[in-house]
Amino acid sequence: MPTLEIDGKAIEVAAGTSVIEAAKRLGIFIPHFCYHPKLSVAANCRMCLVEVEKAPKPMPACATPVADGMKIWTQSPAARKAQNGVMEFLLINHPLDCPICDQGGECQLQDLSVGYGGSASRYQEEKRVVLHKDLGPLVAAEEMSRCIQCTRCVRFGEEIGGVMELGMINRGEHAEIVSFIGRSVDSELSGNMIDLCPVGALTSKPFRYSARTWELSRRRSVAPHDGLGSNLVVQVKQNRVMRVLPLENGAVNECWLSDKDRFSYEGLNAPDRLLRPMVRRGGRLEEAEWEEALERAAEGLRDAGVLASPHATLEELYLAGKLGPADFRLRHSDFSADGRRAGIPWLGMPVAELGTLDRVLVVGSFLRKDHPLLAHRMRQAAKRGAQVHVLHSVDDDWLMPLASKTIVAPNALAGAIAAFKERLAGAKNAAVLLGNFAQQHPQAAALHAAAQALGVQLGFLGEAANSVGGYVAGLPAGGGMPEVLKKDALLLLNVEPRLDCADPRAAERARFIVNLSAWRSDVGDVLLPIVPFTETAGTFVSTEGRVQTFNACVLPAGEARPAWKVLRVLGTMLDRPGTAFDTIEEVRSACLAGRDVAALLSNRIEAGAAAPVVASAGLQRIAEVPIYAADPLVRRSPSLQKTRDARPPRAWMNARLLQKLGLAEGQPVLARMQAGQARLTAALDDKLPEDCVRIAAAHAATADLGPMFGTVSVEKASVEKVA
Amino acid sequence: MLSAESLRKIDREIAKYPAERRQSAVMAALVIAQDEKGWLSTETMDFVAQYLGIAPVAVYEVASFYTMYNREPLGTHKLTICTCLPCGLQGSLAAADHLKKRLGIDFNETTPDGWFTLREGECMGACAMAPVVLVDNKRMCDYMTNDKLDALVDELSRKS
Ligand code: SF4
Ligand code: FES
Ligand code: FES
Repeated sequence: MPTLEIDGKAIEVAAGTSVIEAAKRLGIFIPHFCYHPKLSVAANCRMCLVEVEKAPKPMPACATPVADGMKIWTQSPAARKAQNGVMEFLLINHPLDCPICDQGGECQLQDLSVGYGGSASRYQEEKRVVLHKDLGPLVAAEEMSRCIQCTRCVRFGEEIGGVMELGMINRGEHAEIVSFIGRSVDSELSGNMIDLCPVGALTSKPFRYSARTWELSRRRSVAPHDGLGSNLVVQVKQNRVMRVLPLENGAVNECWLSDKDRFSYEGLNAPDRLLRPMVRRGGRLEEAEWEEALERAAEGLRDAGVLASPHATLEELYLAGKLGPADFRLRHSDFSADGRRAGIPWLGMPVAELGTLDRVLVVGSFLRKDHPLLAHRMRQAAKRGAQVHVLHSVDDDWLMPLASKTIVAPNALAGAIAAFKERLAGAKNAAVLLGNFAQQHPQAAALHAAAQALGVQLGFLGEAANSVGGYVAGLPAGGGMPEVLKKDALLLLNVEPRLDCADPRAAERARFIVNLSAWRSDVGDVLLPIVPFTETAGTFVSTEGRVQTFNACVLPAGEARPAWKVLRVLGTMLDRPGTAFDTIEEVRSACLAGRDVAALLSNRIEAGAAAPVVASAGLQRIAEVPIYAADPLVRRSPSLQKTRDARPPRAWMNARLLQKLGLAEGQPVLARMQAGQARLTAALDDKLPEDCVRIAAAHAATADLGPMFGTVSVEKASVEKVA
Repeated sequence: MLSAESLRKIDREIAKYPAERRQSAVMAALVIAQDEKGWLSTETMDFVAQYLGIAPVAVYEVASFYTMYNREPLGTHKLTICTCLPCGLQGSLAAADHLKKRLGIDFNETTPDGWFTLREGECMGACAMAPVVLVDNKRMCDYMTNDKLDALVDELSRKS
């Protein structure tokens, strides 16, 4: 291993390490813009120039590999002269509009110009102007004159996002960043470009001009959406969440954040926040005092079932499970594995190990949309040569090289798994991963058993923040979903039943509903205002079994209260044992009871009676949960709702089916299932399997249609019906 | 989108690189496409991108970087004069002015009769022979005094 000396300090590092990395190890900071540890080296900003012994010219520290005996000076007169010179060049065309720039206070160019820039410019000529670009609802590129052409955003797309959405056209003085001509940036990871941009060229559209970085206080938290549990920095001003940024954690989200985790905070302050309890009087919901509302609730809940969101905290789920039969697997439809599982279904390995697999089969997953950062991990593995095989009912672009792809109708999924045995054989480290679609499938247990039979590592891609935590909290309780749905009274915890359940009608037959919700709703006889994750302490157990606890970032809005407190009071009023706690820590320790969560995890399933094969007569519905429709919080983020991913559902069919039904693309159609119907537009996706119609769930436009899986028919909507 | 002949040529270029490096053929592919079409429209560039299996924006990057790629339709003859610093010090700016006056157009413009387009070029590696003018990407003329420039324009003006 080469030994070198930087600023007189010796260090030994692995061959191939760059000077900038070696310096970082010594605690020496070398100024830089284009270099980023997670991206390839472009060496185009030249800010990192250092003096190297015997080199005639200063060298870029980011692109210079160490060599034995190398002597480097980062602060010598020659190095400083080079760095100051580069800074002067960078500032020539920079507008220096810091007072009106959103990046002010957190701008690397601003920071470094303090150390390396002159106090006044020698440049008197006209500065160049770069026109603004429209990159969509999330990333603002309004002031592209600020761009210093570091190409971090371009490399991000190519190397991390999996698709090159931005590029740098022209050269020299005319170089500028553009998107795919006239297109927005649609990656579900696009917000990371804002973090990467070292200047104020790419900024956050939702956050723009709303606060200065130094006015914000920072609180750690955990993302409440997918099963990864990304670590967050929630930034607060005057008791209002203004912005969310990633908190670096190499084992979880690295330095990235999905757009869903980053921008969903807008929903926290949505205008329809429920701020006071409401009770139904004479058919109308009216505001009420907590006391009255709680009494009404407790009265009606003596014999009730509980539908709890898998995005609720561990503590909430634990207490909810004490109130009656309870379940949190709202979008699942096959519960026949209950009692046959050896433990809690989980990822089957630490998240970081996904990158070390050399062969993986992913069954039934909208991977990019359901798990944006797990998809990123897998993309990196695939680029390194891992074979990724896909078995699914739709063929969406995963933006990564795939070794094979099998697209079959939903009812043929389970039968198609065994064929992969050969393809996985001989791997050093193989795994099969079951995605959301597989878990929600009416034959989920059969898919599980078939996956296990492949004889390789088995994992579940956790749907929601507490997909593992729900089990840790003791759910399903009292027989789970089937029993819950038999009850005449229901308690809903952070659930919008028409959008969050496998069957949108799940709550319809209940005669009395207590709805614990952070948002106004017309579902329920009593509405109790609870708070979203930023206003309460809590715990999420991620899909890899990581127990992550967080504290409240802001105070509860209005009269809303943390759900654990509401559930505790209800528990006491209903005389349920084990619900009297003073602090959330007590709830947590009662729930965990000193158990080691890792020891509870297991994906083993005992053989059992296979669920009946779904009838194959007629057309089958393929329902995904669109990324920005998955939970009540994200559905309320106006910016995410403007993205391409949030376009209203359509009835997607392949060309043969369209033709068979005498339909044309773009035509209004009526889709019917046993339980109901929905008016949609026909759309063409030639990669869909035969006799399948893809119609998204979790959307108001399709809630009337019925369950996520099943037989569907599609016909031309008559003109009168459309009008 | 491109003729079978062009596609065959592009395939030959692709074959020069490892399978996972098809992207490397982008410059050659653009030259071939431009030879056929005369210039590179967005559709042509998108086609090349799709043919090579790379992002369209990656093709725009290359096509806009090099001045020999034409991203708009041109006059019959394209004159590109190098205005980089070494040539500039050797009088290429004056030569450019002479050309502009003679043709009555500025850089990036085409004469009203559609015959000449004038372009500003980057270093052509012929700095010692400045001023240099490149005719239609394929023919290099050096030491371009005003007389030689006039003679060149006269020669090219003779519509054959
Ligand atoms: S927009 Fe920002 S990240 Fe992209 S090249 Fe310019 S300065 Fe770099
Ligand atoms: S950081 Fe080294 S050249 Fe930009
Ligand atoms: S600078 Fe003009 S040819 Fe080199």
